[in-house]
Amino acid sequence: MALIRFTSKGIYCKQGDFYIDPWKPVNYAVTTHGHADHVKWGNKAYLCHELTKSILNHRLGADLNIQTLPYYKQITINGVNLSLFPAGHVIGSAQIRLEYKGEICVISGDYKVEYDGISTPFEPVKCHTFVSESTFGLPIYKWQPQEEIFDQIKDWVSGNRDKNKTSVLTAYSLGKAQRLIKGLDGYGDIYVHSAIANLNEGFIQAGVDLPETIRITPETKKDDLQKGIVIVPPALSDSKWIKSLTNPATAVCSGWMQVRAGRRWQSADAGFALSDHADWPGLLSAIKATEAEKVFITHGFTATFSKYLNEIGIEAEEVKTQYGNEEEEEEKS
Amino acid sequence: MKRFAELIQQLETSNKTNDKIAALVDYFNEADDLDKPYVIAMFTGKRPKRPVSTALIKLWAIELCGLPEWLFTESYHNVGDLSETIALILPPPVQVSNRKLHEWIKDLALLNGQDDSYKKAFIVNAWNSLETRERFIFNKLISGNFRIGVSNKMLVNALAKQSTTESSKIMHSIMGKWEPSAITYTDLIAGVHVNTDNSWPYPFCLAYALESEPASLGEPKEWQAEWKWDGIRGQIIKRNGELFIWSRGEELVTDQFPELHFMANELPDGTVLDGEILSVKEGKVQAFSILQQRLNRKTINKSQLNDAPIGFYTYDLLEHNGRDLREEPLATRRKLLEQTIQQLQTRDIVTLSPIVTFSDWTSLATLREGSRELNSEGIMLKKLDSLYHSGRKRGDWWKWKINPYTVDTVMIYAQKGSGRRANFYTDYTFAVRDGDKLITVAKAYSGLTDAEIKEVDNFVKKNAVEKFGPVRTVKPELVFEIAFEGIAESKRHKAGLALRFPRIARWRKDKKADEINTLDDLRQLLQSTL
Repeated sequence: MALIRFTSKGIYCKQGDFYIDPWKPVNYAVTTHGHADHVKWGNKAYLCHELTKSILNHRLGADLNIQTLPYYKQITINGVNLSLFPAGHVIGSAQIRLEYKGEICVISGDYKVEYDGISTPFEPVKCHTFVSESTFGLPIYKWQPQEEIFDQIKDWVSGNRDKNKTSVLTAYSLGKAQRLIKGLDGYGDIYVHSAIANLNEGFIQAGVDLPETIRITPETKKDDLQKGIVIVPPALSDSKWIKSLTNPATAVCSGWMQVRAGRRWQSADAGFALSDHADWPGLLSAIKATEAEKVFITHGFTATFSKYLNEIGIEAEEVKTQYGNEEEEEEKS
Repeated sequence: MKRFAELIQQLETSNKTNDKIAALVDYFNEADDLDKPYVIAMFTGKRPKRPVSTALIKLWAIELCGLPEWLFTESYHNVGDLSETIALILPPPVQVSNRKLHEWIKDLALLNGQDDSYKKAFIVNAWNSLETRERFIFNKLISGNFRIGVSNKMLVNALAKQSTTESSKIMHSIMGKWEPSAITYTDLIAGVHVNTDNSWPYPFCLAYALESEPASLGEPKEWQAEWKWDGIRGQIIKRNGELFIWSRGEELVTDQFPELHFMANELPDGTVLDGEILSVKEGKVQAFSILQQRLNRKTINKSQLNDAPIGFYTYDLLEHNGRDLREEPLATRRKLLEQTIQQLQTRDIVTLSPIVTFSDWTSLATLREGSRELNSEGIMLKKLDSLYHSGRKRGDWWKWKINPYTVDTVMIYAQKGSGRRANFYTDYTFAVRDGDKLITVAKAYSGLTDAEIKEVDNFVKKNAVEKFGPVRTVKPELVFEIAFEGIAESKRHKAGLALRFPRIARWRKDKKADEINTLDDLRQLLQSTL
């Protein structure tokens, strides 16, 4: 019998009687990471990586029943061995490895293969069945090394400073924001929106080594923001607050910025293709490294990507899930 | 090439016109002098002969990237631009090239007449020597079609600023006849190949839309009414024996309309006419869609001249015997205009836009109802004592447009857009009910806000029935009100009728799919217009 099945509530392990990243309330939710499309409110119990706990408490409430695990440590639930492996997507993101009677299944959640300097790097896990995302599952998505992208962002920031403009970067408060903070460390004072500052505090308390940032308050001086770098969640793009800054120049940091149409669609001035998801070569190398006999493709270019995998001799099937809407679910606070 | 790639990058990292102009000024200050005329030619759409066909380029790219054709095509649908798809999909370059932009362009021109294997070796070698950004530009050089959000006007403003020359002179100069290989940047800016003293146009006087009842405008006898034409606003200038036609977008379009060239001989020097460029056949103004066949073409063939002959309906005179008339009242300008047109030898091509006579606002409203029969969009109201203002000024000129027809439809197919909208499903097909079936009546691309497009896009992604290729069949759930200008019988359409200029008027979130119009409703409308 298969170890997982795709139900209307989420990915279900019958033998262990738990769900992985369910989108409807269940008794026991194993959570890959803290993005809103992978973890919902209303589950009776949660299991996640140690560093994801503060995110869940911050986003879903303080009185949750949360059990945590470090990477690699194995526990047994109803006879199913369960352990977490780094997914490299954001801080605390984990692939879920399940093992039952010699059968191994890995659910990767979201992942990227390049080390971002802050999340524990992705590690391929050998398995029989692998569940992969395909957010950027088209061969046009091949990321530049992140040092090159950070050089471009730095050039853009210094150009803005020369022209007395304020540099405003929009980035998901979980993941992209911390990556920018790390990558731009030492390049001027970094001012962050309170949604980002709150998450950062949780990480720092949990022992993550994050560079220092300044929380934006109503008292923050526009002059200081102009000289520094401002990071806000996507919900704030086009906001009155940004328009009130000194000559704001805005940039979006997202894999979708790889394509000119994606850049032009945004009302932002600039777009940088910095992604927390695997690119095309990344997806292919990760899948091959698992040596899986069967691959399930969840959110993204599911039809295209699974068709291609089948053509190159990897048995793949697309499945409908409700993942993949990170952006829309980003809170507006 | 690298400096040019940098310019393209800068143009794309700001959406503010001033930043773009600044980037262009920097470029023209710093770039290789031999590159500059080529860049101007490229941005103004002067295309060299295409040396390699799109089909071959695509074939070689697929071969080099080693992916199946269907996957390449799928990628293309998501990028919306072939040059960019190729730039992104190819493996990284294996060597570096420091060739200059004009050298690449010259080499590409030399490919004409060579055999395919020679061309292929050149193209593949170039791809292998250029990084993604440069590859994209190189592919655009092959196609010659380089639109990157630099309008002629923006380019001209940048060149004017860089060279401290008057912008109308530069516009005239770059719209003239010149070859980038045979002219220096300095000569091009100075306009040594043309005489720029004669061509300068006046800023157009523009009208506001009338939102209240015309009775609010006061006495009918203080107003002149004309039909509002749906064509291209144009200014025709005759000075020192030379003729110039400018469009509302401040582009010189003289060459596009040979029918109007007789005026070089017939208009007196020092004359400037304002009016509408239209397609007029046998005395009747044709629909804008017919005129469109004639716009922005480098060459015009016989059948286009025959199907869409050009006429000019003039309604104002801005310069008479070399004297600026803009401070004279409309009534005076109109008299002089009538005299000027009467003196033309050639009849019926350049004609007076007729004045609509009316005694009271109610009777004008009745006349306005007949606008569609004349292919007019409604009525223009101009105060008889109005001066010719520069740009828009509230109070003197009004456009009083007729309301479009509307029909409630349901969306049944969606397709991704191109260019800026390539990531989103933006092109929709709409149907009305015919018994228990749905029958397609219109395709429309615009009319929604960006936020609404994102919402529809999300719906399409969640409710698409078929998965491959660019078109998605979606659950018939979303109801849209489609506005259109006319309805005609059509054997080519399954519905047996076709709507003119359909566009989305609004998204009817308040309506369900079973509340849409029926094919019979449209048939009845068709009968009533025949």
